[in-house]
Amino acid sequence: MSQGLFKKIVAKTNEYERTPIPASELKGNRSFLGMYAGEHTAGTEFVIGPLFVAHGVSAGDLVLGLLLGNLLAVLSWGLITAPIATAKRMTLYYQLERIAGKQVVRWYNLVNALMFCFLAGSMIAVSATAVGIPFNLEMPTLNDWLPRTPGWIVTVLLMGAVITLVAIQGYNQVSKFANVMSPWMILIFVAAGIVGLAQLGVGSAESLFSVAQEVIWNGVPLPGMSRFTIWHIIFFAWFCNMAMHIGMSDLTILRYAKSWTSGFSVFAGVYLGHFVAWIASGILYAVFLQANTGSQEFAPGQIAYQTLGIAGAVCVIIAGWTTANPTIYRAGLALQGIFPKVPTWKITAIVGGITSLAACFPALVMKLLDFVALYGLLLMPMGAVIFADFYFAEKMGFRSEGALSSKSDFSWPALLSWVLTLVFCLGLNFIYGVEIFFLGLPGWFVAVAIYVIVSKMKYPLTKTLAG
Amino acid sequence: MKIMLKIGSLIGLMLTIVPPVLFFLGQIEIDSMKLWMGIGMLAWMVTAPFWINRQQEDRRPETEEK
Repeated sequence: MSQGLFKKIVAKTNEYERTPIPASELKGNRSFLGMYAGEHTAGTEFVIGPLFVAHGVSAGDLVLGLLLGNLLAVLSWGLITAPIATAKRMTLYYQLERIAGKQVVRWYNLVNALMFCFLAGSMIAVSATAVGIPFNLEMPTLNDWLPRTPGWIVTVLLMGAVITLVAIQGYNQVSKFANVMSPWMILIFVAAGIVGLAQLGVGSAESLFSVAQEVIWNGVPLPGMSRFTIWHIIFFAWFCNMAMHIGMSDLTILRYAKSWTSGFSVFAGVYLGHFVAWIASGILYAVFLQANTGSQEFAPGQIAYQTLGIAGAVCVIIAGWTTANPTIYRAGLALQGIFPKVPTWKITAIVGGITSLAACFPALVMKLLDFVALYGLLLMPMGAVIFADFYFAEKMGFRSEGALSSKSDFSWPALLSWVLTLVFCLGLNFIYGVEIFFLGLPGWFVAVAIYVIVSKMKYPLTKTLAG
Repeated sequence: MKIMLKIGSLIGLMLTIVPPVLFFLGQIEIDSMKLWMGIGMLAWMVTAPFWINRQQEDRRPETEEK
């Protein structure tokens, strides 16, 4: 269902790229429920749950933090993204072009494509940790930034080449395969939780609480890792998809919704993938740590294989691959916006090459939490710009969709809002030491404020006689 | 034929989740559990592709006619 809808959206991109979606193409809540359920149970889940364990979060902080953070994410989709998506019914790119101009959108596309490449790269690396098992490949450790062995580089590059070749062939077959494997993968996560708990000696509700608090999420970070509090969990769960909700990437998907309430359909996916799957993969990692005391190795494939056997390892390969493939495809689409005359296969090959090179560096996996936060942060200001343009243009006295209304390819308010917000966030990080997970919230308000102020200066509403 | 495929897929999913529950209850050993889960994976992979995507393709013309 998920890939089906995405495929349809991608296929129809040319048709409705610059026009609102007609009523006959609108979808009900069920379509979005299935789509989001598939999308949020992916390869990243095998990394994020274990990293929470490595960062020494406590059990209570994790559960409460995930419940609250995911709720805030659902509300962001439902109350911020969906109302604008169903009112305008345009893609993010076209909406942004009308506000910021083609020149600014080109830069946005470039940043977006690069981020997609790195995300896909991390997923190739995750798959490689399972593919390397039969070859006794030396696995990366938590503090690794560079590849440990030539074998790792060869494995990752070969996998990258295969995934790129498949991506060049098109999106269809992988989308069908991902669609088929989604229910099985969700059950594998549930199975991982059950088996992991049994291996940790849980036999009753009482022992569940004590094992959770004292063994799995015991509040002690692994060597070299910072300690996570409930605030880290809340903000990470809320903002790990920041680019999609308050960053407005999902305008492109939710513009197909019959009603703005479809934005809330994400709750199923978020609580399956970002609650059940994160907890289950965390339990798996705790089992691994117990069996390999003092080990710094961090290899999701190996971890799943030890507890679940071949099914676990295959699940890691499929999860990583089916996440990497559409991500390479999306990166290709973003780059094609900048270089429309270059053939699609060449763009995909270039994207695949960058992705494969990125995948050689285990840092992308070990620092996935920071990378995901950075990815959202870089794209978020443009979402804030769309929000401010939609809600405040008339009320605050400036012309909406500045680039379109001034027939320009370039708009200062959007660009300044984007750049100055990132400078502000960088300042908070460097000067005050605010961690990257917490920068999105103040950054969003700053982006809205800068856009409104500069728009009032650049595009003031002129009073007409009739008015 | 389709009903047989669906039954095969259901068996695949059952073999993915029931052995872990039995292991949790102390009814089977971990190696048996891993083996059954592997068989479940194969059962799902060889049956599900023939009805899950087909079902969507079958549905598509209906929605287009409307």
